Amino acid sequence: MISLAGRDILHGWSKYVLTGLGLGLLIGVTLTMAGVYRGMVDDAHALLGNSGADLWVVQKDTQGPYAESSSIKDDVVKSVRGMPGVAAAANVAYFTLQVSHGEKDVRAMLVGMAPGQPGAPGYLVAGRQPTRSHYEAVADEKTGFALGDEIGIRRHSYTVVGLTRRAVSSGGDPMIFVSIKDAQEAQFLKDNDAIVNDRARTAANPVFNRPGVPGLLEAVQNLQTSSRNVNAVLVQIAPGADPEAVAEPIRRWKHVSVYTKAGMEDILVVKLIANSAKQIGMFLVILAIVSAAIVAFIIYTMTMGKLREIAVLKLIGTRDRTIAGMILQQALGLGLIGFAVGKIAATAWGPAFPKYVLLMPGDAVTGFAVTMVICALASTLAIRVALKVDPGEAIG
Amino acid sequence: MKLTPDTTRRIFLGALALALIAALAWVALRTGPLAPVQVQTVKVTHGTVSPELFGIGQIEARRSWMVGPTTPGRVLAVKVDVGDRVEPGQALAEMDAVDMDQRLGALDASLARGQSSRAAAQAQLADALAKRALAEANLKRNQDLARQNFISAGALEARTQETASASAGLQGAQANLDATAQDLNRLRAERAALAQQRNSLKLVAPATAIVSSRDAEAGSTVVAGQAVVKLIDPTSLWVTLRVDQGRSGGLAPGLLARVALRSRPGETFAGKVARVDPMADAVTEERLAQVAFDAVPAGISVGEMAEVTLQLPTSESGLLMPNAALQTQAGSRGVWLLKDGGLSFVALRTGASSLDGMVQVTPLDTNALQEGDAVVVYSQKALSADTRISVVDELTPAGAAK
Repeated sequence: MISLAGRDILHGWSKYVLTGLGLGLLIGVTLTMAGVYRGMVDDAHALLGNSGADLWVVQKDTQGPYAESSSIKDDVVKSVRGMPGVAAAANVAYFTLQVSHGEKDVRAMLVGMAPGQPGAPGYLVAGRQPTRSHYEAVADEKTGFALGDEIGIRRHSYTVVGLTRRAVSSGGDPMIFVSIKDAQEAQFLKDNDAIVNDRARTAANPVFNRPGVPGLLEAVQNLQTSSRNVNAVLVQIAPGADPEAVAEPIRRWKHVSVYTKAGMEDILVVKLIANSAKQIGMFLVILAIVSAAIVAFIIYTMTMGKLREIAVLKLIGTRDRTIAGMILQQALGLGLIGFAVGKIAATAWGPAFPKYVLLMPGDAVTGFAVTMVICALASTLAIRVALKVDPGEAIG
Repeated sequence: MKLTPDTTRRIFLGALALALIAALAWVALRTGPLAPVQVQTVKVTHGTVSPELFGIGQIEARRSWMVGPTTPGRVLAVKVDVGDRVEPGQALAEMDAVDMDQRLGALDASLARGQSSRAAAQAQLADALAKRALAEANLKRNQDLARQNFISAGALEARTQETASASAGLQGAQANLDATAQDLNRLRAERAALAQQRNSLKLVAPATAIVSSRDAEAGSTVVAGQAVVKLIDPTSLWVTLRVDQGRSGGLAPGLLARVALRSRPGETFAGKVARVDPMADAVTEERLAQVAFDAVPAGISVGEMAEVTLQLPTSESGLLMPNAALQTQAGSRGVWLLKDGGLSFVALRTGASSLDGMVQVTPLDTNALQEGDAVVVYSQKALSADTRISVVDELTPAGAAK
């Protein structure tokens, strides 16, 4: 049996293939949009996964270090370590800043951590874990730093000793891991001008600069420049323990907020990126409508272009089903080419995006099914026109 | 067979479709979540590590002095300036004596008066002696007369009483004289004390030192114990080192040290751990030690930051691997061992490690890891036992790693 669709495609193949290619680029954009959304969710999960924590102990009544600012004293970790069900606990500091490297600045999230403890980078792609307690950093590849680079953070320069991958903040900024003490200093130590100003201000205050009390002024000034705060305590619970059962006594007795992995995921994925997700969802819907319109339009024009041939077919007694099948097959063929091109294109340009684009196989399957359905629906318009053609037009 | 244009077109389109399908298959399997995770492996070696400790600290003076008055007062003059070198006994500053000289004059006058009182007491003593001598002579004569019954017993008793009175008068005069002598002693001591105080208003250098700060100027009032000038011994500069408690194993006096100063980052200075503080800092979780320079570098300043690397004795021989290979899996530290193309997690106990990242390990299960085994050192993402992997030579593109 002769495939009518195949014959017709063969006849004007270049137009058909080019149309498929164009549709493919559109589908590629749609898949990339979905990938951007998945990437955002994955960034959030990467942040949770990299921390290696089961519980987040944060300042009371705050949502933790990722969603809002949280500051607790760094000795809270000691009391948390003693709570039942806690296997390991470590101080951690997070904050976003510009890191200078030579001429350029890189926006990054600085993570203060203790090597081997929760919060430290779990795996490296090059170099080593820090061995010194100061001035060594492990950077995410995305920062563009190389091993041995000297980077400037506040007043100190750090040596990049290791590189990791996919260690990003929920906003997609690459992470730089340094020791917790360095991070505390970078986060809380004021700049020199501010310190000098504060000293002068304190010295001018008669309450702190009392005659007859030697050492009071110095003591107050030392107090002003030291900080013993961190953003959160990351807790790993003992194997088999129930996170909520471990969290509850800490919440009750230590007067802090404690989030389990599920709670933190809720904050990061549901609350933090909710707006972005809606935005991308809107784009996806619009793109789907536009794709459907374009496919419908293309199929319609293709059909209009061969109305005379269809009339001839009808004249020689071809059944309606065969004609409808031809148009449907062509539409589905366009969808196939478009999907393949789109998938390849999305994979090819995905890594070039500034934000992480995660193309999930599941999304691809859904995308394929939706493409096919849209193509089938879009072809109905053309089929209606084709079936209405008067065979008399063939002789016209 | 001759190819018709139609057949050529078919073949061409078929090839195009095949290429598309092949590209799609490649895309689906080699990229994204279905792709195998690229890993880089390293062979476990056997050997020793030269562990080192690293810490930061600041330059401090082992011997320093805060020179100030022992009583509150006003500064009269400061004779040295910051950076001056002073010798023991050299005057550094002087406090205002206020009324002290006048009080010394008053005491001098009191002393003179005391001398006069003593002279008067001595004269009274002489008078009392004379009176007693007369009374005794009279008594003796009356006793003779009474023996011959020339006088009555009553007259003799009167003479006896006279003699006793004279003796008492003599004792009184003697006591008076003693009192004036004691008074004089007291006044002398008071004067000496005041003179001592007057001397202490001159602030002098206790040892050879340099002036590190000048904290009060002439005219300002300082309280007892407040410093007017601060001195340090420039030959006694050392580094107060802070080492993270968790990595301070092996910290002991005598360890060789390399000191890099913030002002001279390129240079290192040799030194030695002079002392390890018995008290650790509980708040910062650091241990404190003092590192003395072999030769104190010229021109360094107190309070300057220093980085210190301490050389620990070489460890015993054992299995070695880079610390990047260590992973935490379900709460235990270990490595991913690559055997027969599959991954298995080997739990380890870590031992000594060097600053360049080599760490000595002991498998918890003795035979789980041997020298020469390949373990995963770098991976594209976190691994699990059923992760599909492909081993590559280098994970980062060439040129990224220096």
